[in-house]
Amino acid sequence: MRILAIDSSAQVASVAILSDGAVLAEYSVDYKKTHSQTLLPMIDEVLRMTETAKEDIGAIAVAAGPGSFTGLRIGAATVKGLAMVWNVPVVPVSTVAGLACNLAGTDALVCPLMDARRGQVYTGVYGFEDTTLVEYVPDACLTIEPLIAKVNELGRKVTFVGDAIEVFRAKIGQSVTVPYSFAPIHLAKQSAASVGWLGLQLLAEGRTVRAEEFVPTYLRVSQAEREREERLEGK
Amino acid sequence: MKGTYILAIESSCDETAAAVVRNGREVLSNIISSQIALHTLYGGVVPEIASRKHIEKINPVIMEALAKANMTLDQMDAIAVTYGPGLVGSLLVGVAEAKAIAYAAGKPLIGVHHIEGHVSANYISHPELEPPFLCLVVSGGHTHIVMVEDYGTYRIIGRTHDDAAGEAYDKIARAIGLGYPGGPKVDALAKQGDPEAIAFPRAHIEDCPYDFSFSGLKSAVLNYINIEKMKLRDAAKNAADAGGNTGADGSAKIDPAELVRHGVPTGGDAEGTEACPDTFSDGITKADLAASFQAAVVDVLVTRTISAAKAEGVNTVAIAGGVASNSALRNRMREVGEANGMRVLYPEPVLCTDNAAMIGSAAYYEFLRGNIADLTLNAVPGLKLGER
Repeated sequence: MRILAIDSSAQVASVAILSDGAVLAEYSVDYKKTHSQTLLPMIDEVLRMTETAKEDIGAIAVAAGPGSFTGLRIGAATVKGLAMVWNVPVVPVSTVAGLACNLAGTDALVCPLMDARRGQVYTGVYGFEDTTLVEYVPDACLTIEPLIAKVNELGRKVTFVGDAIEVFRAKIGQSVTVPYSFAPIHLAKQSAASVGWLGLQLLAEGRTVRAEEFVPTYLRVSQAEREREERLEGK
Repeated sequence: MKGTYILAIESSCDETAAAVVRNGREVLSNIISSQIALHTLYGGVVPEIASRKHIEKINPVIMEALAKANMTLDQMDAIAVTYGPGLVGSLLVGVAEAKAIAYAAGKPLIGVHHIEGHVSANYISHPELEPPFLCLVVSGGHTHIVMVEDYGTYRIIGRTHDDAAGEAYDKIARAIGLGYPGGPKVDALAKQGDPEAIAFPRAHIEDCPYDFSFSGLKSAVLNYINIEKMKLRDAAKNAADAGGNTGADGSAKIDPAELVRHGVPTGGDAEGTEACPDTFSDGITKADLAASFQAAVVDVLVTRTISAAKAEGVNTVAIAGGVASNSALRNRMREVGEANGMRVLYPEPVLCTDNAAMIGSAAYYEFLRGNIADLTLNAVPGLKLGER
């Protein structure tokens, strides 16, 4: 049994094919955001390179969010179409947890930072017991200050990962009181292999949804809804 | 039953739709999941909310379309999808989904222009219709006079320079407190009014005899309402002054009850609506205003379309798009068209609104011409008519 894994939550487009014992192929592009044009040809490429027939695919793991709304939906619609036709389950994987799994096995805590604009990050704090992922701070959309406060409170060595490292590098240097480091560039961005690795574990636990049920996890309402709520509260 | 079966998907704005169409003319299923109720809260379509809803609905809508047609994906000859024009976030959902389905099922993929879909709705409602003919496409986003020279061959003859006709309807509906979507509501109210009560302007654009402009008309209607509101306020103020009902600082106190009696809502109104009196000076009603506005819109749409048809030498005129279900437009186009010896056609209302059956019809003719898209097909929000 093989699984197809996809992450299109940010600028990186990444697809992978995993079997139980190996990452058979991974194809990642961190160049220009044209996921709607590149994602399906990339999937086609990894399936052909690994001679994977549709009968071989047991599930599709997908970075379900948070992330770029449009990026998430391109991935979601692609996965919903494939899973519907192939009649396989979808394994939604937290984008933030997927990023943390780039460093699976580390004894430090891992704090993914995804640029959410407006001074915020999509983030969480994870750690590993051997290679089992443990959640310390659940996924959230936060400004950097309360996040750093939580990291300091946990009192353990932490590694930051994700595309917002550069945005907040100085701030982290000023305010983080625990030992910290930044993930090297080859581990710093979204990877479908990580999503697939975590997806295989979730699949074993039966944490799947049907294609028609799957929707992205945005962790943020639309601007129109936010402004409407503010207006109603202001009344 | 032999034939060419196409599964079509449409998600360019706020309708998630899927259909199965045989040979471009016969609709086996036509499922539309509308989001109108959601967007009413905001007085118009909110792109991000629309995109989120599309992702929720797209699989159930496709599954229902296949089930209603009593067919499976394997039996489809091609998968078609609207790839523009429209809201980019909305389009992307349909495009990504259709590509994945076509790829996974090993079927050809056909990208369809939304407006060509609207035009093609007439092929479904009128199985004998064949090009060439002239088509007026009118909706919330489009106002075009299009010469349909052949299947898949279009030439734009006229277009709007500012608002689309449907957009003008929505704005006027909001101003007179009817809410969103405005077209059907203004149409219904206009039936009770006098279309000649107020002479609103009909804009002509120099050197472009078949083009449109609705922003001047929109401003004229809004100005009319504002002037009437001021007149009523002054009347209420005078009445208050005459009764000696004056505050300590000498300013007039306006009795809110007085305003309400004139039909001027005083407080914050429901969202998407603004205070507008029910009656104006000279006994003109809101229905008269709606009728006069509608008459101005219909007048320019019909006269320009018919004169374009004369100039092109065609005797078949079709209407398409959301506004094509407007009763005044249908009636007047038929009346003027027939007086000029022309045949006037329009689709049934369910095919005027955004739907996937019309996409399946347009796709059939693309399929016959071998216009198959590859896996890099992208959403093109500003796609031009006739562009490939």
